[in-house]
Amino acid sequence: QNGGYRSLPLSGHVGFDSLPDQLVNKCIKQGFSFNILCIGETGTGKSTLIDSLFNTTFDDPVSTHFQPNVRLRARTYDLQESNVHLKLTIVNTVGFGDQINKEDSYQPIVDYIDAQFEAYLQEELKIKRSLHSYHDTRIHACLYFISPTGHSLKTLDLLTMKSLDSKVNIIPIIGKADSISKTELQRFKVKLMSELVTNGVQIYQFPTDDETISKINAIMNGHLPFAVVGSTEEVKVGNKMVKARQYPWGIVQVENENHCDFVKLREMLICTNMEDLREQTHARHYELYRRCRLEEMGFRDTSPENKPVSLQEAYEAKRHECYVEMQRKEEEMRQVFVQRVKEKEIILKEAEQEIQARFEHLKRLHQEEKLKLERNRRTLEDEMALFVKKKAAAELLQTQTLLSTPISFKKDKDRK
Amino acid sequence: GQSGLGKSTMVNTLFKSKVSRKATQPGREERIPKTVQLQSVTHVIEEKGVKMKLTVTDTPGFGDQINNENCWDPIIKYINEQYERYLREEILITRKRKIPDTRVHGCVYFVPPTGHWLRPLDLEFMRRLSKIVNVVPVIAKADTLTLEERAEFKQRIQRDLKAHAISVYPQEDFDEDPDDRALNDRIREENPVHRGGGGKGNGKRVLGRKTKWGIIEVENPMHCEFPMLRDLLIRSHLQDLKDITHNVHYESYRVRRLNES
Repeated sequence: QNGGYRSLPLSGHVGFDSLPDQLVNKCIKQGFSFNILCIGETGTGKSTLIDSLFNTTFDDPVSTHFQPNVRLRARTYDLQESNVHLKLTIVNTVGFGDQINKEDSYQPIVDYIDAQFEAYLQEELKIKRSLHSYHDTRIHACLYFISPTGHSLKTLDLLTMKSLDSKVNIIPIIGKADSISKTELQRFKVKLMSELVTNGVQIYQFPTDDETISKINAIMNGHLPFAVVGSTEEVKVGNKMVKARQYPWGIVQVENENHCDFVKLREMLICTNMEDLREQTHARHYELYRRCRLEEMGFRDTSPENKPVSLQEAYEAKRHECYVEMQRKEEEMRQVFVQRVKEKEIILKEAEQEIQARFEHLKRLHQEEKLKLERNRRTLEDEMALFVKKKAAAELLQTQTLLSTPISFKKDKDRK
Repeated sequence: GQSGLGKSTMVNTLFKSKVSRKATQPGREERIPKTVQLQSVTHVIEEKGVKMKLTVTDTPGFGDQINNENCWDPIIKYINEQYERYLREEILITRKRKIPDTRVHGCVYFVPPTGHWLRPLDLEFMRRLSKIVNVVPVIAKADTLTLEERAEFKQRIQRDLKAHAISVYPQEDFDEDPDDRALNDRIREENPVHRGGGGKGNGKRVLGRKTKWGIIEVENPMHCEFPMLRDLLIRSHLQDLKDITHNVHYESYRVRRLNES
C-alpha cells in the first residue's frame, strides 16, 4: 500500500501537514497559465461565449465570411481574481468552414497545436533550460462549437474532431443554443453523442477518480455536449440586471440553468477541472507527441543502461548526418554555380566573336570606300592637271596672237 | 557529520518517531567503519491526511579516520547517483507519469561545538557539497556552549563561510521574499534530545535532556534553536528545498552531464 515501505507512527505533531499550503503559496506566487482553443464556424458565438465566461470583453473584431483559408489568431491576457494571477491565452479559428473547398480546414489547427508541443519539447531538450519560468502555450482545452442545426454533426466537424482527439482535450459545445427548442435539443444531444461514439472520437471526460468531485463530474458527463448561449449585454429581469438576450417573445438568461448550460460549462471548465485539463495535456497529449517525435528523430529506448550516452551519440550522429547533408548541398550549389558561369562565358564569347566579325566587316567596307575615293581623287587631279595644261596652252596662243597684230588693236582702240 | 554528534537523535526528534537506530543502543556492536558508508532508510509517515515518504541517509564513518582525505567522495557520489537516476528516467521515450524522486533535498551538516572556528574538514566538505545540494549547517550538542559562546561561534562560522564563498541554504540569490531573507540570515543551532526522557518543566511533560544542573528543553527557543530548524526543514521551507533541488541543483547536474558526454 505504501509502495513497500514501512509506515512509521508519529508521537507528536511534526508539522509537515503544512506541505500542501506551502505548495499553494508557491503556485500562487508563480501564477497560472491556461490556454483555450475555440474551433467553430464563423458566427457560432465563439467570441461572445468567451467574453461571457470570463466576464470581460476581449476585444475580438468580428470576422467576415470571406477568408481564403483558415487562420488561427492567438491573444494572451493577464487576469486576476483575489490574489490568483491567470495568464489566459485564447486562440480563435478565423474562417473555419467558410471556404468552398474545406479539405484543408483542419490542417492549420493541427499544425498550430503541434507547434506548441514542439516549442515545449525544444525547451525541454535544451542543455541549459528554464522550464519553471517557461510560458506554457500548449492548448489545455479545445471548445468545439457545433452549429445548432438540430440534425447531426457535419462531416467537417467529424473530420476535424477525429484529427484532434489525440492531441487536445475536446469539449463539444452547441453554440447559439437558443435557436433550438427543448425537445429538439434533447434529441440533438443524443444524436451528437452517438455519432461521436460511432466514429470513435475521444472527447474529454471529466475525471471521476477524485471522490470529492466524481459525483458532480459524472452527472456533467451526461449533459455533454453543453448547449450554451453567450451574451455580454445586460437586461433587467425582476429587479436585477442579468446577462441575457432579449427577444420579442421573451428573455433568454445566460446564467439560468433552465435556459442553457452556460453555468454548467463554467463550473466544469473553470471551477472544477481546470487543473485536470492542464494535467491531461501535459501527462497524456504532450507525452504522446514527445514519444512520436523522438522516435521520428531516431531515438530508441532499447538499451536502458546507455541512456544519456546514447542520447548524446544519437545527437552526434544526427548532427553529423545534417552536416554531411549540408556539405553535399553546398557542393551541389557550387557545381550549379560553376556550370552557370561556364555557360555565361560561352555566350559572352560568342557575342564577342560576333562583334569582332562585324568590326572586321565594317573595316573592310571602310577600306573599300577609301580606295574608291582615292581613285576618284586621282582622276580628278588628272583632269585638273589636264585643264591647267590646256589653259596654259590657250594663254600661250593668246599672247602670240596679241604680239602679231598690235596696230590693229591700237587703231581699234583709237577709233573707239 | 562525525559519529557521536547526535545525528540520529536529531532526526528522531524532528520526526517524532524512531526513524534511525542510534549507534549507542545496547546490543549493537560499536564499530567504526573503515570507509564512509551511506545508509538510507525510507519510511512513510502521515499527518492529518498528508502522506510523506521520508528517506533519511546517514553517513557513519565520516570524518572518523586518521586520514580523512576525500571522505566526502562517497557522499558526492551518492548525491550524483540520485540525480543520474532521475535524469535517466526523464530522458526515456516512454516515461512514467510520476518520476520517482530519490534526490537529496536537504543535507544537514553537523558542526562539532568547539566554539572556535570551522575546521578544515568542515570547510572542504561544505564548499564541495553546497555546489550540488542544499546544505544546512547545524551546531550540534549546543548545550555545551553558553549563550555568549554560541553567539560568537555562530558569527565566526558565518564569517568563515562568507570568506570562503560557501553558499549554504537558504542561498541568498534565491531569496525573492524580503521577509524570508531576514528570517534566513542565521545559522541554526540544535540540541539533541534524550528520547522519551521527558523531564518535568513547569509541571508539564517536555521533550528535553535531564542533567544534574537543570532540564534543557528542546522545544524552548530560549534554550536551543531546534524549533527554528524544524520550522525551516519542515513547516515553512520544505517545498522550497525540493524546488531548489529540482530547479537549480538538478538542472546544473544535467547541464554538466549533457556537456561532458
